[in-house]
Amino acid sequence: MMLRLEPRGERAALWVYGAPALALVCTVLITGAIFAILGAPPVKAIETFLLSPLDTLAGVASVLVRSAPLILIGIGLALCYRASVWNIGADGQFTVGAITGGGIALNFPHAPFALLYPAVLVAGIAGGMAYAAIVALLKLRFNASEILTSLMLTYIAQLLLVWLVTGPWRDPHGFGFPQSAMFPDAATTPDVFPGTGIHLGCLLAPLLALLVWLLMTRSTLGFQLRVLGAAPRAARYGGFSQARLTWIALLVSGGLSGLAGIIEVTGPIGQLTTSITPGYGFTAVIVAFLGRLHPVGVIFAGLLLALSYRGGDAAQISLGMPNAVTGIFQGILLFCLLGADVLILYRVRLRRRARLAPVAATERAS
Amino acid sequence: MSQIGRREFATLLAGSAAALAAGGAEPASAAAPLKVGFVYLGPVGDFGWTYQHDVGRKQAVAHYGGKIVTTFVENVPESPSCQAVFEDLAAKGNQLIFGTSFGYMNYMVRVAKRYPHVMFEHCTGYKRAANLATYNIRFYQGRYVQGVIAGSLSKTGVAGYVASVPVPEVVQGMDAFLLGMRSVNPKAQLKFVMIDSWYDPGKEGDAAKALIDQGCDIITQHTDSPAPLQTAASHGIKAFGEATDMIKFAPKDQLTAIVNNWGGYYIQRIGLALAGKWHSTDTWGGVHSGMLEMAPFRNMPASTEALAVKTVAAIGAHRNRIFVGPLTNQQGKVFVPAGEVMSDAALSGLQTLVDGVEGHLG
Repeated sequence: MMLRLEPRGERAALWVYGAPALALVCTVLITGAIFAILGAPPVKAIETFLLSPLDTLAGVASVLVRSAPLILIGIGLALCYRASVWNIGADGQFTVGAITGGGIALNFPHAPFALLYPAVLVAGIAGGMAYAAIVALLKLRFNASEILTSLMLTYIAQLLLVWLVTGPWRDPHGFGFPQSAMFPDAATTPDVFPGTGIHLGCLLAPLLALLVWLLMTRSTLGFQLRVLGAAPRAARYGGFSQARLTWIALLVSGGLSGLAGIIEVTGPIGQLTTSITPGYGFTAVIVAFLGRLHPVGVIFAGLLLALSYRGGDAAQISLGMPNAVTGIFQGILLFCLLGADVLILYRVRLRRRARLAPVAATERAS
Repeated sequence: MSQIGRREFATLLAGSAAALAAGGAEPASAAAPLKVGFVYLGPVGDFGWTYQHDVGRKQAVAHYGGKIVTTFVENVPESPSCQAVFEDLAAKGNQLIFGTSFGYMNYMVRVAKRYPHVMFEHCTGYKRAANLATYNIRFYQGRYVQGVIAGSLSKTGVAGYVASVPVPEVVQGMDAFLLGMRSVNPKAQLKFVMIDSWYDPGKEGDAAKALIDQGCDIITQHTDSPAPLQTAASHGIKAFGEATDMIKFAPKDQLTAIVNNWGGYYIQRIGLALAGKWHSTDTWGGVHSGMLEMAPFRNMPASTEALAVKTVAAIGAHRNRIFVGPLTNQQGKVFVPAGEVMSDAALSGLQTLVDGVEGHLG
């Protein structure tokens, strides 16, 4: 008997949605086994890792807060990747959005909320868009790979931030530490439920995901973007402007990353510091793919990754497990997902093996 | 409350041997131990900053045995997610929580407000509250000792300083190092490279190499990995370890190292908490209080070692206050007049490089 993979010749609708579920089940089983090897009771450990962070309102709030930037960036990236525009520099667009919006907040500390906060958000979005526009320009004008340019611009953005908070924008009352003054109340992202820390961004993220979903499925533009990604030649025969679509994909994605950045610094952080992102822009790449490049999928993927970070903390606090369990969980999840994806395009057949010499069989198996 | 405690205790017993050591026989009948939490920036295996804090935690555990139960969380970034870690620790019944990185400051302030009955201690910060204390070490004292050694050993008279970020602690370190050098060699100079990070072995090693290429023949570092020390050693150049004794990374080239000794402080503060006498304070320890120690002096002539030992004694007895006027800045202007000692308040915001340090901040 042996297992064989046969091409289906089409995408299996069942497994498009079934694969992530199967991957999650496999991940939980494998992680449970690893917990057992580490000496923790597996069921209890899985419960601590995946469920205990949601025990309290503060725990739910922290998962939502952590997921907000991942989802906001992830929906923009999903749109880009659907159109085969490989924006890897969301972290930089996030940072520039935080800088441009933060600059407005720091320079008009006495403006009223109704004026200042919207201006800060718009400046953040514009900053992210402008930074992504550089990538679009280099790609369309000079045919430079957007993978390289967007990635390299990330480091420039980080250096710009470090220069600002150690130089011109440093808090004069901050004992010389590299950080800006705290933002005024009028430029602080408000809580949706006061006192919980669940801020406006946690609400905006799923709303914008739904909006982008509608755009992708119901509008001509969304159709054009999808065709550009799936069949670039067909897009050209259809008379779609590749340049225009590339611009739109990068501007939307840059704008969403910039929005994530300005919400993060005016919300949970409250000021500009040298480290405003622990790599959200890169984690969001995983989020986008885990969410099947689908805006609604991105919501769930963002929540799951946020949960895994909190679960890692909980496993350390309650079970004394090493911090590496977070990375192990995320790695196994991605591995299982990619493995399960095989089922979308292939079917597994169980076959009685023909009479073959053992050597030949080994060769085949490998 | 007691039930939660018991359940957690059971899992701890199953999960880790450390809990066994701390627990004893019957958890339900034992007096409730004080739960103490530690939040670390790096992994406990970084052989530097975080490692030394964990050494301190273990000393406290050894000292108090079953009277305390400690929990640590490692690799906690200086981002909003650290707030959730502090909240979790407080919600899980930890009554005294130490946060060991500067970037936790504003988040600890928020959590301390939300949990007024939990005692918090923040290492290297400057914001305090009734239930939020701060503590730090006068690392510059050790830098001065290093400077004295460098001044007497350097042939070029130029030392190199792998600097992290231009915060006052690092400026104090560079100034003190240069002042130490000049106490031996009045023409000594110090060059530095600012790498904008506390831990980045690649950049740290590159910075050390750049400084060696510029003629520095002694290297010191204000970053956390052994990379600068190893780079120096591979060029046959003497150097200093950081935060912990790094002698095993450069047995023939480490002169000494500043050893951060947090154990005594943790034992003292936990003792106060156990006795119900804990108050929010601002501690800036050093050689005199044992929070700063120098690793054994090695790889140097006996005369230099004797000089170093004498310097440590003078600092410990407050005979040498280091930042004593006249101090001249890079532009040649006196910023601390003769006979005056710089105040702690001025030191904690120091952004002035003294004459003899080459280069500019940020």
